[in-house]
Amino acid sequence: MEHLTVDVAIIGGGTAACAAAVALREAGLTVALLEKRLCGAGASGVNFGGVRQQGRDFSELPLSRRARILWDGLNAKLAEDVGFEATGHVKLARSEADMAVLEAYARDAAGYGLDLQLLGPNALRAEMPWLGPSVVGASLSPTDGQANPRVVGPAFARLARRLGAEVREHAPVRHAAHDGAGFTVEAEGVSVRSRNLVNAAGAYGGVVAGWFGEAAPVAPLSPNMVVTEPLPHLVTRSIGVVGGDVYVRQTRRGNVVLGGGRGTADSVDGLARPVAGTSLTASAKTLALIPDLAHAQIIRSWSGLDGEMPDHIPVIGPSGTTPGLVHAFGFSGHGFQLGPVVGEILAELVTQGRSASPLHPFRIERFADWRGPFRSEGEIEH
Amino acid sequence: MPEPVVAIVGAGPAGLRAAQVLAEASLRPLLIDEGHRAGGQIYRRPPPGAERPAAALYGFEAGRARALHDLADALAPRIAYRPGTMVWGIAPREPAGFDLDCLGPEGHGRIPVDRLVLATGAMDRTLPVPGWTLPGVFTLGAAQIALKAQGVAIGRRVALVGAGPLLPLVAHQYAKAGATLAAVLDVTPLAAKIAAAPRLAAMPATLGKGLWYTLRGAVRGLPVRSGVRAVAVEGDRRVEALAWEDSRGRRHRVPCDAVGASFGLRSEAQAADLAGCRFVFEPVTRQWQPERSAEGRSSQPQVYLAGDGSGIGGADVAELQGERTALALLADLGRTRDAAREARLDRQLARQAGFRAALEAAYPYPHHIVKTIADDEIVCRCEGITAGALRRAATERDAREMNRLKALTRIGMGRCQGRVCGHAAAEILAQSLQVPVETVGRLRGQAPIKPIPLREPV
Amino acid sequence: MSGLFRRLATRPGATVPFTIDGVQAEARVGDLLISAILLHRHALRRFEFGPGERAGYCLMGACQDCWVGLADGRRLRACTTLIESGMAVVTGGADA
Repeated sequence: MEHLTVDVAIIGGGTAACAAAVALREAGLTVALLEKRLCGAGASGVNFGGVRQQGRDFSELPLSRRARILWDGLNAKLAEDVGFEATGHVKLARSEADMAVLEAYARDAAGYGLDLQLLGPNALRAEMPWLGPSVVGASLSPTDGQANPRVVGPAFARLARRLGAEVREHAPVRHAAHDGAGFTVEAEGVSVRSRNLVNAAGAYGGVVAGWFGEAAPVAPLSPNMVVTEPLPHLVTRSIGVVGGDVYVRQTRRGNVVLGGGRGTADSVDGLARPVAGTSLTASAKTLALIPDLAHAQIIRSWSGLDGEMPDHIPVIGPSGTTPGLVHAFGFSGHGFQLGPVVGEILAELVTQGRSASPLHPFRIERFADWRGPFRSEGEIEH
Repeated sequence: MPEPVVAIVGAGPAGLRAAQVLAEASLRPLLIDEGHRAGGQIYRRPPPGAERPAAALYGFEAGRARALHDLADALAPRIAYRPGTMVWGIAPREPAGFDLDCLGPEGHGRIPVDRLVLATGAMDRTLPVPGWTLPGVFTLGAAQIALKAQGVAIGRRVALVGAGPLLPLVAHQYAKAGATLAAVLDVTPLAAKIAAAPRLAAMPATLGKGLWYTLRGAVRGLPVRSGVRAVAVEGDRRVEALAWEDSRGRRHRVPCDAVGASFGLRSEAQAADLAGCRFVFEPVTRQWQPERSAEGRSSQPQVYLAGDGSGIGGADVAELQGERTALALLADLGRTRDAAREARLDRQLARQAGFRAALEAAYPYPHHIVKTIADDEIVCRCEGITAGALRRAATERDAREMNRLKALTRIGMGRCQGRVCGHAAAEILAQSLQVPVETVGRLRGQAPIKPIPLREPV
Repeated sequence: MSGLFRRLATRPGATVPFTIDGVQAEARVGDLLISAILLHRHALRRFEFGPGERAGYCLMGACQDCWVGLADGRRLRACTTLIESGMAVVTGGADA
């Protein structure tokens, strides 16, 4: 059994956790990060790869706007090409009612500094002639885009290591407690003493919060993803729809990634798997949006485990019960874009006790009176 | 109580024998096969219109091939046979059993089954050698299928390279069919074959016959060169020559326009993976395979395994295992057991295992090929990922196991889903990290097992 | 036009007309698409991620190297598809 004594222990090895480790090392604190399996291999690594501000809950927009600035500098910071491209994100309307939703959102988003362009049928066809007739309009967010989710988390983990953080993989945490003087975190093969504790445990964030007497209803969430063989370049932008039932993008290498609906999630063994019928349904919906994909072949499907909150926005902020403990989990299927900024915010909370970003909507105390289980359902917007 | 639904995936030697046993027990098994005609790859039948006499197609395997094809025809009324149908997904069902996601002539379908016999066979194991992505380079299995299923040779002047009993067998079949062979090169040493010969003396298996050609030193007058190293396919836009170094270090080069090259076989085990079977590392053939008991049970209570898909044994062993695992399945259903038949099969399988061990010893793993893969060599044929990219991920990007290597480099993410590159990538990763190859794990299987169309076929 | 493959067993049976990059070609009933093409050509398609061409590899539906396009947009795995009359294969610039 290895024993470590550090300033900050981090439970979880997703992008936010690894980015927090980086930011804390940059602030001069010693850090130990404990990941159940491999860093960036959970929800951080298997998500759609959308880097999107558009469509978010307005409470998330200040964080998302701040995150967007970080994405521009990520390759340089991580010394690795994370595949970020500002291809723009379009949210498609398949009915007049959908278009009204987009119009209302664009109006309100402008108040947060997010500039969205509404496209009617003619502008849409001129801009994206490959869209099918079922699409009647769209909202374009030109500064949004996409990135390769498989490399971002591991790249942050490597940077954290280079900066001197103790990163332990295959080290599932069994228990954590506070004894008045500090935290003790017991993981497989390693025991950590620390002054501060970061709970970035994703789908297990509620379990960790529970160890400190805090209620946080997290339901397992497993988006169902599909990818085609590499195809000639066609889909120029990242695509979503009003309702969130399908989303599509084409990677730099030409593979079309599409998602929609849910796989099956088992939070006991941590495994999520795609569901065949869901994959076929998402494929059919994709074809309705982009008929030119008619002859493409699907080569792979997958799912991953994320945590979803009842109000679909994460928990980010200090513990209500235990000084020195901060939470960031429950990103409800759309945490990829936020990961880098959440790392910075966690470091601010640890070092200064407060953040430059407004976190009130994400406080864990909003669930203090929550009773009973929570079952996650419905569409997941990516 | 209604009869349980039993599905067999694969209609090669193992699947057909399993179907026979289950049909004898009046279970009416479902036999699902990607092929349009039963027989599998080893006894592959030509499509209608391309038939030829069995003796011409299968040589000294003709008797066994004909017997299996006759069996397939005889079984037809007693089984539910789904040819041309791919099982592309397998999902567990509550409280027990599986849903099979299939794509066949009638489009997609989901079939609930209570028990599953997986007889999914094998494909050639490949390793990158210089020039292996040139058009005109095929696997040895491909060379054989071209001949069996189509009556064509892969080229006008064909060179064959191998590390297993398939090499002399294909050479013999090509020579007999009138193809022009430029060279037959065995990358394993002759000494290994000589050492293994006493144990193989009584070997009845068909593949053993190929070995005798090698020991005799020639296939139909053409020398089989053993202990060959540094094999390289040369050519600009297509295959022009094959070069190699003999066991004394001398370089050779022969002009040719096609090459058949592969290095043993590897199990096609994606279905077992999706069904949740536990895998074990098999150190002699250096591959991960679904764990299989002597009777053919997997680690999953309702899943049974037979044939090369769960351990390389060859066609004769596959037939025995198909029969044996079906008996185990019947026993698990509480049917009356035929102890004498089980014991006879167990004896035969034990005897075959001895031969197999000797055969593997005769064709040891060609480590020298893995050691000499250059950094600029393509490992992933689908997407052009090089050995250097894999090595850099190991040394500079903390890739310690195969699925992390996949995430960082895209190895195994192409159309073939790692079938072709997975083995070599694991060897390269292990070599870079200087660890045993089993410690880097294996690529996880993902649905679909093979590509399926985005648009549902109508 | 001579190709990579060489037919060893001539057999009776109907011929099947098809085209490769617009050029008329002939196959036999029972020919797989890969044989039909490679009896006339040395490759099936261009490689997407670098220079060069591909001509298939495993012939048993496993390696996925032999996917070819038809003029009607369809994409077929040539080693598991039988040639049909009138198929219009597009190799994307493979050698003549």
